Amino acid sequence: MAKYEYSFYPGCSSQKGASSSNLARSVDTMCEELDIKLNTIPDWNCCSASIGYGGGGVLPRLTLSARNIALSEQHNTNQDIVATCAACWLATKEAQERLADDSGLMADTNTALAEAGLKLENKTNIRHMVEVLIEDIGYDKIGEGVKKPLEGLKVAGYVGCQTNRPFGIDGESFENPMYLDKLVDTLGGESIKTYEKKVQCCGGALAFSEPVKSQEMIHGIIESAYDNGADVIATPCPLCQANVEIYQDEINAKYGSKFNMPVVYYSQLIDVAYGRNATDSSLDGQVIKAKKLEEIAGK
Amino acid sequence: MSSMVEKYRNNFLKEVEANVEEGEWVKMCMQCGVCAGSCPLGKHWAHPPQEIFMMIRAGKREEVLSSDSMWMCTSCYNCIVRCPRELPITHIMHGLATYAKRLGLVPKKQPTAWFSQVFWDNMMKKGRVNELKLGLSLYFKDGFVSGIKESLKHQKLGMNMMKAKRMSIAELFGGHGIDKVSDLQKIIKKAEEIENARIESYGK
Repeated sequence: MAKYEYSFYPGCSSQKGASSSNLARSVDTMCEELDIKLNTIPDWNCCSASIGYGGGGVLPRLTLSARNIALSEQHNTNQDIVATCAACWLATKEAQERLADDSGLMADTNTALAEAGLKLENKTNIRHMVEVLIEDIGYDKIGEGVKKPLEGLKVAGYVGCQTNRPFGIDGESFENPMYLDKLVDTLGGESIKTYEKKVQCCGGALAFSEPVKSQEMIHGIIESAYDNGADVIATPCPLCQANVEIYQDEINAKYGSKFNMPVVYYSQLIDVAYGRNATDSSLDGQVIKAKKLEEIAGK
Repeated sequence: MSSMVEKYRNNFLKEVEANVEEGEWVKMCMQCGVCAGSCPLGKHWAHPPQEIFMMIRAGKREEVLSSDSMWMCTSCYNCIVRCPRELPITHIMHGLATYAKRLGLVPKKQPTAWFSQVFWDNMMKKGRVNELKLGLSLYFKDGFVSGIKESLKHQKLGMNMMKAKRMSIAELFGGHGIDKVSDLQKIIKKAEEIENARIESYGK
C-alpha cells in the first residue's frame, strides 16, 4: 500500500497530447518517488476553468465541479481530491465552499445532478498537489530523497495567480508566498528571492482573447527573470507554464528581445533532484529546452 | 428600519443583487479603489470595479451592462485578496459578464466574450476541452481566409507544441471526452433550466 493516497482530478490540459501532458508525466514520476497513489476520478469532466462564465451561469458552472466531487465521493470515498492544475483546483474548491455556504444553491445542484442519478454530499477536501507536498510530506522529508542536488541552478519561482489567490498555500502571504522558493532550496537549487514578478498575472485565458495585452505582461515576467540572473523559471501552474514558455518567439518579434528562457514545473525539479532521467522528468516536453536541468539529469 | 434602507436601493441595484453572482456584495464597496490599482489589466478598463459598483448604485443599467470592463478580468484574484471589505470582486465581474451576455448587451466583437462562449461550447460537446479545436476556432474566428493567415502566422508555435507532444492532430478526429456525455449534458441542461426560471421570475 502506498504511503499517501488521494482521489485525483487531472484536468483537460493534462491528457495525452494536450498542453500540460508534460506536467502529468512529471507528476507521475514524482508520485512514484514519494510513494503517492493517485486514484483518478472516473469519468471526470471539465470544470470550465475561469473562462466559462460567458457560456454558463453560476449554477451550471458549480454543477460541473459538483459532478466531479460527487463521482469522487462515490468511487474514491473518504479520499481528499487533489488537483495539479491551478484552475481545476480553484474551480473545484470554490464550488465546494460555495455550495457548503449556500443551501439554496446546494439544493439546486443536487436537483441537477439527480438527472443522472448522482448526489453530492460535499464532505470532501479539495487540495492542490503542492499542499500535499508541503503539508502531508514536508520539506524535510522531501529533502531526504534528494540524490542530485540542483547545484548552481538559479530558479525564478513564478507562483502566478490561481495557485496563490484566493486560497493560498500553507497560510502564506498572497504578495510574497515563499513555498516555491523553499522547495527549490530544499532540492539544492538557488531560489531567487528578488524575483519581483513572482505573483504577476500572465493573462490566463485572456492570452488567447487579448494576446497583445497579455504578452505585455508575459514580457515583464520573463524580462525580470533575466534581470535576476535566472537559468530557469519554475511554476506550479499549467497555464502560466504554457503562456510564459510558448509565446517567446512572438514576444521577441514584437519587443526586439532575445528571450529563450525555459519554463518548468516544480515536479520536474523534484524528478531531476531525485535522480530521474530527462525523459522521466518530461524535459522532452519543453518547447524551450531546459539545458542546465538536462545536464544535471544526465550526470 | 427596512424601509429606510430600501429607499437607498434603486431598482438596478436590486436587480444585480437578485440576478448577478455574488451581487448582494455590491453595496458593501466603500470606493477605496484598491481593486483598480491591483488589476493587472487595470489600464484597459473603461470603468474599474469600484466605479462599476458605484454606477450600479447610481442605477446606470445600460452603461454598466454594455461596458467591456468586466470582460477584461483575467481571474487573477488580486482584487479579492486585497479588498478591505472582502468583496468577491472577481466573481461579481464574472457574474456581470454572464448577466450582460444573457441580456444581449455585450459590445459587438468583444474578444473575451466570444472566446468564453466558444470555450463553453467546446467543453460541453464531449465533457472535456479539445485544445486543438479551441485554438483553431480562435484562428478562424474572422473567416476562412484570415484563418489561414493566422494559422500560418502561428505555424511555428503549433509545430513546437507538436514536437513536444503537447498538441495532437488526433484531437481533430474525435479526441478526448468523457464516457457519459449525455448524462453530463442532461445535468447541465437542468441546472440551466433552474437558473433561467429563477431569473425570468424576477420582478414578476
